[in-house]
Amino acid sequence: MVFIEYIYCKFLFGGIWMQLFFDRKDDVLLIKLMGELDHHSAEEVRIKIDNKIDETGLNKIIFDFSGVNFMDSSGIGVIIGRYKKVKEFNGKVAIINLKPHIKKIFELGGLFKIIKEYDNLQKALLEF
Amino acid sequence: MFQNEMKLEFPSKSQNEAFARVVVAAFASQLDPTIEELSDVKTAVSEAVTNAIIHGYENTQGTVVLKCKIDGRKLTVEVIDYGKGIEDVELARQPLYTSRPELERSGMGFTVMETFMDSLEVESEPGKGTRVIMTKEFKQL
Ligand SMILES: Nc1ncnc2c1ncn2[C@@H]1O[C@H](COP(=O)(O)OP(=O)(O)O)[C@@H](O)[C@H]1O
Ligand SMILES: [Mg+2]
Repeated sequence: MVFIEYIYCKFLFGGIWMQLFFDRKDDVLLIKLMGELDHHSAEEVRIKIDNKIDETGLNKIIFDFSGVNFMDSSGIGVIIGRYKKVKEFNGKVAIINLKPHIKKIFELGGLFKIIKEYDNLQKALLEF
Repeated sequence: MFQNEMKLEFPSKSQNEAFARVVVAAFASQLDPTIEELSDVKTAVSEAVTNAIIHGYENTQGTVVLKCKIDGRKLTVEVIDYGKGIEDVELARQPLYTSRPELERSGMGFTVMETFMDSLEVESEPGKGTRVIMTKEFKQL
């Protein structure tokens, strides 16, 4: 049942692979991702985020992954790429609400060496 | 022993990455997999199909072949392209190795396939194409 629904949505609303929601909390850019982060969506995600970084001039980013239900190694590239971008301006990146399966990919990609994971947004904003 | 198989062909468009992993997940659900097993398979398929599209065919268009087989509780997935092939498979399989860093590739695709499946075989010939064969044994119910 779930699958039928899933395939149906995918092909009916095929354009909406990944949605991004931007928010600003003081000097932090909050980016909420909703959907599937794969090679198909990566390019658009990358461009939209980079534009937002340039536009706001913010160098601290928190990624909220609560709405990401699929990610493959293309996502590792997207996160590392954004990290490198803000790093040039002494910025940093944090991550919240990782689902267990996506966490496995973050671990494989060594992302926790450069990006800190927090349990929730409050904690992230406080300690970040 | 329960057996089943399927074969699918599609053009090397990036939209088909999601299509392929959903199809394999639907096919594998006859084995009553756990959510985790299903996520593992979907991720591995996504990696192999993405590689066929971006590395095998680069910017040209070609056909990707996806074959799945069930033998008992074992799932075998094959992803085949007739693209550019791999010169040095051993090097390509190394974690972090990528020939396309300018595309922000992480070089972790083969590592993900190896980690999330039980076995991974890569057969490739430069100029002819690449065949990736992965298997996974699902837990007994
Ligand atoms: N189907 C394929 N055809 C040609 N080359 C491939 C194929 N799959 C993988 N490769 C080569 O192997 C390398 C490593 O693949 P992978 O681990 O998935 O990393 P990435 O896709 O991030 O580059 C690729 O950069 C590419 O050079
Ligand atoms: Mg890859």
